[in-house]
Amino acid sequence: FRNLGLPLAKDDIVQLKEAYKWIIHPQLSEELGVPADGKSLFEVSVVFAHPETDEECRFLATACPDCFKPAKNKQSVFTRMAVIKALEKIKEEDFLKHFPCPPSSPKKLCDALEIQCNNGAVFVAGRYNKYSRNLPQTPWIIDGERKLESSVEELISEHLMAEFKADSFNFSSSGREDVDVRTLGNGRPFAIELVNPRRIRFTAEEMKRLQQAINDSSDKIQVRDLQLVTRSAIGRMKEGEEEKTKTYSALIWTDRAIQREDIAFLDDIKELKLDQKTPLRVLHRRPLAVRCRLIHTMRSEYIDEHHFRLHLKTQAGTYIKEFVHGDFGRTKPNIGSLLNRTADILELDVESVDVDWPPTLAD
Amino acid sequence: SRICVITLAEAHPLLQSGKTIKNINYQISANCSRLQNKVSGKSKRGAQFLTELAPLCRISSSDGEEYTIYSCIRGRLIEVNENILSNPALLQEKPSTEGYIAVVLPKFEESKSVTQGLLTQKEYEEVLLKRRSSAS
Repeated sequence: FRNLGLPLAKDDIVQLKEAYKWIIHPQLSEELGVPADGKSLFEVSVVFAHPETDEECRFLATACPDCFKPAKNKQSVFTRMAVIKALEKIKEEDFLKHFPCPPSSPKKLCDALEIQCNNGAVFVAGRYNKYSRNLPQTPWIIDGERKLESSVEELISEHLMAEFKADSFNFSSSGREDVDVRTLGNGRPFAIELVNPRRIRFTAEEMKRLQQAINDSSDKIQVRDLQLVTRSAIGRMKEGEEEKTKTYSALIWTDRAIQREDIAFLDDIKELKLDQKTPLRVLHRRPLAVRCRLIHTMRSEYIDEHHFRLHLKTQAGTYIKEFVHGDFGRTKPNIGSLLNRTADILELDVESVDVDWPPTLAD
Repeated sequence: SRICVITLAEAHPLLQSGKTIKNINYQISANCSRLQNKVSGKSKRGAQFLTELAPLCRISSSDGEEYTIYSCIRGRLIEVNENILSNPALLQEKPSTEGYIAVVLPKFEESKSVTQGLLTQKEYEEVLLKRRSSAS
């Protein structure tokens, strides 16, 4: 187009995808007698095959062999990404040698292989409390064997799957807690994507009843603020995971005796900087790294010569258990080093997850 | 989790009274220093691979003795404890916790056989008893 002498920028050129929609939508509309909506909640996908297109790409493979790797799982070597890469690499003159511009009309029609109908996903958000010290967030299965009964996500999603009549779900939350940690206070924000739901219209009343049904079914978890949200809401929730603070309550044991005076100074420490190497307990599945985290405030509650409770407000992503026992000295400083004793954590509770999403619902 | 932490055994001469550590050296040969071990990513690529007899470090005590500490575990070397370089006393004061020597991650397929090849605390104590009675 540069040769035509027109002052065009890349954005001025209509995308092939758009042009296709402008042509096809009215034709489909007329043929089927319904309006065509590109953003509808009901999706009909049709897969077409056209082997001649693969043939057309063949010259790219000889021109840029390193762009195309033999694919094990893919059907064709000419994936969208690989073709785009090759098109960026090939010089215009070389391209024109092998391929006419504009392209010639195809000689054969494409074949429709399959038609699939899908309902667009809907998103349900809320906050959950976890009262059990024996419940994983996601199912705990090793070598096909379930190690612990049920999970937070299953207890919540079971009811939603049934009501929304969905095929499957994707559970995500603003952070996680260990199996043996309770989540108290306002609870942790979560969002569930219900895939291919057959029913999507629910009134606020019905959502409330759904929430009650979930809460009546288990004493291990409780949910609140259950509501329908948009897909963009997930972004807000994940923001919370990285940026917002959390508060905890830890029951700590020490080897050598402590008196009230020995732990009082913890209350005065503000913005304590920690260097935490990846904890040994997760090192098998996480890269080795050092993370810098802040403990904003602490408040101690003396119990006896070997026990005290510590309330802490920390930066997102802080490993609390490792801050208490030190993880072989790989988290510095730690409660042990601060008190000059050996310390261990007996119990941990999440007191709050300081994210103000999803919106609180009036009861 | 299949992570292994290598520490000095209870009965090691260095943990018996009277010994002071003079120096800990992670440079085990001209080409190999355990300090240069660099791992990246979840699968710990780039890690030095250790066999049971691979030396981790050499420790010299003030009375002139030198001890070589062996891995005893097959696997990738994840990290060596640099805290004991700056504070050798840590190795003797807290050998099973902050004075650890190294962290090793065995191959997924080998993790079970590695664990089964180890001695329990009881079995270890029996070995020590037998050793002492045959020595006297």
